[in-house]
Amino acid sequence: MTTKLFGEPIPRREDPRLVTGRGRFLDDLGGRALAAAFVRSPHAHARVVDIDVAGALDVEGLVAVYTWDDLGGRVGEPLPLLIPHPALTHGRTGYPLARDVVRHVGEPVAMVVATDRYLAEDAADRILVGYEPLPPVVGIEAAAAADHLVHEDVPGNAGARLVQEVPGPDGLSAPAAIERAPHRLEFRLAIERSASMPLEGRGVYARWDADDESLRVYSSTQTSTSVRMAIAAKLDLPPAKVEVIAPDVGGGFGVKIVHPWPEEILVPWAARLLGREVKWTEDRREHFTSSAHERGQVHFVRVGFDDEGRILGLDVRFLHDHGAYTPYGIIVPIITSTQLLGPYKVGAYRVEFTSLYTNTVQVTPYRGAGRPQGVFCMERTMDRVAVHLGRDRTLVRAANLIQPGDFPYDQGLTFQDGRPLIYDSGDYPELLRMVKELIGWDDFGKAQTEAAVRGRRLGLGLACYVEGTGVGPYEGGHVEVDSSGRVHVSTGLTSQGQGHQTVFAQIAAAELGVPIEDIRVTTGDTRRFRYAVGTFASRAAVLSGNAIALACRALRDKALRIAADALEADPRDLEIEDGIVRIRGNPAASIPLRTVAVLSNPLRYAFDEEAARATQFAVGGSTDQPPVAEGEQPGLEGTQYYSPVRSTFAAGAHAAIVETDPDTAEVRVLRYAVVHDCGRLINPRIVEGQIHGGVAQGIGGALYERLIYDEHGQLLNASFMDFLMPYATEIPAIETAHLETPSPLNPLGVKGAGEAGVIPVSAVIAAAIEDAEGIRIEEMPISPDDLFRLRERARRAAGESSGAEAGEARPV
Amino acid sequence: MKPPPFAYRAPRTLDEALAALAEYGADAKVLAGGQSLIPLLNMRLAAPAVIVDINRIGALDTVFVDATGVRIGALARQRRVERATDAARVQPLIGQALRHIAHPVIRVRGTVVGSLAHADPAAELPVVLAVLGGSVEVASAAGGRRAIPAAEFFAGALEPALRPGELAVGAFFPALGPRAGTAFAETARRHGDYGLAGVAAVVALDDDLRVAAARIGCLGVAATPFVLDLTDVLGHRPPDSCDWSAAAEHAKRAVRPEADIHAGGDYRRHLIGVLTERTLRAAAAAARDGVIDD
Ligand SMILES: Cc1cc2nc3c(=O)[nH]c(=O)nc-3n(C[C@H](O)[C@H](O)[C@H](O)COP(=O)(O)OP(=O)(O)OC[C@H]3O[C@@H](n4cnc5c(N)ncnc54)[C@H](O)[C@@H]3O)c2cc1C
Repeated sequence: MTTKLFGEPIPRREDPRLVTGRGRFLDDLGGRALAAAFVRSPHAHARVVDIDVAGALDVEGLVAVYTWDDLGGRVGEPLPLLIPHPALTHGRTGYPLARDVVRHVGEPVAMVVATDRYLAEDAADRILVGYEPLPPVVGIEAAAAADHLVHEDVPGNAGARLVQEVPGPDGLSAPAAIERAPHRLEFRLAIERSASMPLEGRGVYARWDADDESLRVYSSTQTSTSVRMAIAAKLDLPPAKVEVIAPDVGGGFGVKIVHPWPEEILVPWAARLLGREVKWTEDRREHFTSSAHERGQVHFVRVGFDDEGRILGLDVRFLHDHGAYTPYGIIVPIITSTQLLGPYKVGAYRVEFTSLYTNTVQVTPYRGAGRPQGVFCMERTMDRVAVHLGRDRTLVRAANLIQPGDFPYDQGLTFQDGRPLIYDSGDYPELLRMVKELIGWDDFGKAQTEAAVRGRRLGLGLACYVEGTGVGPYEGGHVEVDSSGRVHVSTGLTSQGQGHQTVFAQIAAAELGVPIEDIRVTTGDTRRFRYAVGTFASRAAVLSGNAIALACRALRDKALRIAADALEADPRDLEIEDGIVRIRGNPAASIPLRTVAVLSNPLRYAFDEEAARATQFAVGGSTDQPPVAEGEQPGLEGTQYYSPVRSTFAAGAHAAIVETDPDTAEVRVLRYAVVHDCGRLINPRIVEGQIHGGVAQGIGGALYERLIYDEHGQLLNASFMDFLMPYATEIPAIETAHLETPSPLNPLGVKGAGEAGVIPVSAVIAAAIEDAEGIRIEEMPISPDDLFRLRERARRAAGESSGAEAGEARPV
Repeated sequence: MKPPPFAYRAPRTLDEALAALAEYGADAKVLAGGQSLIPLLNMRLAAPAVIVDINRIGALDTVFVDATGVRIGALARQRRVERATDAARVQPLIGQALRHIAHPVIRVRGTVVGSLAHADPAAELPVVLAVLGGSVEVASAAGGRRAIPAAEFFAGALEPALRPGELAVGAFFPALGPRAGTAFAETARRHGDYGLAGVAAVVALDDDLRVAAARIGCLGVAATPFVLDLTDVLGHRPPDSCDWSAAAEHAKRAVRPEADIHAGGDYRRHLIGVLTERTLRAAAAAARDGVIDD
């Protein structure tokens, strides 16, 4: 690394634009486009009997109404199952518009196009759909009981069942190891549904150019390149005739990696059919009932351990609520089942999950993507073991940690990318030590006792996690220096507020030796970069970051070759600083990078002074060599790809102190501490921002958010009035510390940081409340009403058994 | 989430407004701060044929304070009333409750009278008006003006006792008597949310500094503000020797809150007990401090 920009906490370069209202989000575009609105199912499960559009026809401004019958071709086929897996024996996806059965409230049934959204909604209101209600399946237990089926041809509502087993060092299976263990425990742990809930919903805006027979689509997506391929395939267009651009995207958190959404197919399809621009902007209610949710899982844990708390066998069975469809495969439960082990060696492990269909919104990854559930299982297990043995909770964890000398550490499982789950690097004991110090673990008992004297209830909780980040298959980076010295960096993956404009520029500035002010970064625009995967799984810094670094290194070599020619020097004696190539130790002999860019492109025609320097009579040099040397290309630019062999594994430990109100059962988070290791830090400020946002989302998931379905499959809180995301007032100041164990797997030594903040929060808060209350917490989220009822139950139980049970649950 | 079509009227005087309301009767809806009405329109839960926007009627943007109480015009924003120190001197409970409504940005638009006219069972201001025994002044083109006592105004959940063609032009919050104090407390899921349960308390002391009167108003426990007189339960004792928890227990037994997605009925009832005790103690302390200050 050449300059100091890499690793510096510089402010986010995108913020001045975004915070002064100059962002360009989907709905800021296409002011004159026609507007689409959808008629959506009010039933969780029903047969569509007939659709009567007559009433809509006299809405002035109506342009078109479409139902499934109108679609035809590949547009009318079921949406793609994006990630097939052998265990997903019964994968199912919906149609862009319901064909004959609707399987959740909010499923699109008809599309209306009108001159504006108001009129489109008026028309949609007047379309009468006849439904024959079918029995809805709501909730994991009902799905497992399978009295009714979500899909007629999916027995037991089970879309997938997957077992992974790792025998212990002695060759014993997990059940056998548990059987032989000196201590055993068995319990149920549950996490409810929440959702990504970006402030900007989804949205699509399509422009068909009839003369050029080409399509431009703007989509609020986490993967513009793959949306492009999907649209090209569905609309039977050559990919070269489709361009997809992700404009500023107001948050994604996972939900926008799913694609193509029905609307992403239908809006471009209608635009082509009508020869008009069409736009659809999702509203909040649509987002609640028509996009995707996550987290709902019920886990049954069996654990066997020794007197020190070392886990000898762990057997986890869990049920995953997949909602109505499985477009994103079984990525979420696979991640839960593999990342559950965290930083621990557990002897023998067996995990089995069944993924169940219900008549609710489909489930796809939400920031953390199955890890919060897995960490909840593992960390609650650690706390249970500690309570059982009467040992300090951190000692039990320490007894199980993978040690720094154990890397690379193979957990013996297959990860979400189909590759072995091998941890690349880390120092877990140090993480634990640091978080204990940051939160003041050893002194907390005193504070807790003193508070109790004053009638206050404080509790301390802690959790550790390992996060597989930077999954493949690849990303690319393109870098170009133009003749005025500007550096254009582009990568195909998209940005949703992560700060890519800043960190990718930092990487390029450091690699090339140019001022960061000269660098412009473009993401998510298929006109600039066509091959990419997308922004998810904390992968942008690892994948695109390294690809950009490699592209910069290649470009730098080329620049030095050309400069060496011009300066009549050896490239090895050259360096680039502040955008100027010079001979080391001889600052007089130098040439600006912009001139190198000019020289890199031998010209016949001059259109300005700079270009004139590259024309045939201006450049000197040999006349018996081709102007572009063999193996070279004109232009100071280049593309490189980075494709990792495996994921990198970030890790961390969080701890929190909560206070519970003895009277009202309200829970307040007083302190929240995070120690985080994502390898080498490109920009600590951005990493901290990611952690802050993640922790806030985690606190939302732990204390406020849940998606509440009634027995009919109606979502009862489909608005921001009733789905309670925390405000700034609910989030404490977050204290952070970093540990840097570089990844040996990639040139920059970085690991992902995007999801870390959210992952262990439910486990931490549950542990802290348990510590404050002496009541076991086995289900999250927890509301004051939940805590009130747990207290009542504990009081009744204490009355019945003179306090023995209630006392036992109190961790030391 | 776009409203269905409606006609829009924006009168500049009270008379024009009343004329418009008379013309459209039950088809019209008044638009004040819009903080409750606009979401209802956008979700198509309300579909009035005509919106009568009163925001241009400057004459309704008033806050009058005198020894009898605080009179608040239909266009006075919650934020303005919250900051009115003279109003706070005469009747501190209004400001104490206002701080629990949403966030400053919403209070900058939302009106006091609009909140009363919306008559949400979880809202703060209806409870304040009810526990103080205030009233809402209404006007219509045909019927002139009348004052509706709080006990009658809140006819049901989201059901004010307003007839078609009537505009609520103001609300009257009676002054706090001598040797009296107030307190407001609520439990909400997040800062600024509607309360799961809340209690407004007014305690007055007699010359010997014994409890002469104690009333509470509860939100979130019934379709309309629930007012309870606890004077007898407290038994005319000096605050130091009052059995506050007995009063709380009494309040708890008097309410039958229903469950919703945010909290069960038992929990809400439990909260009423907790908040009753907290607010009664605080109101009594404020009453005594007031006496000592004077
Ligand atoms: C995010 C958010 C949080 C909120 N939290 C709270 C809270 O915690 N507690 C709380 O109490 N409120 C809360 N509110 C509601 C807020 O206080 C509203 O301002 C209030 O309920 C209505 O006042 P308004 O002036 O906005 O009335 P509008 O929304 O304009 O009208 C509300 C209703 O009253 C009628 N109306 C209004 N004025 C008159 C009048 N003069 N005569 C006859 N009818 C009239 C309207 O026709 C309509 O039916 C919240 C609002 C939001 C957006």
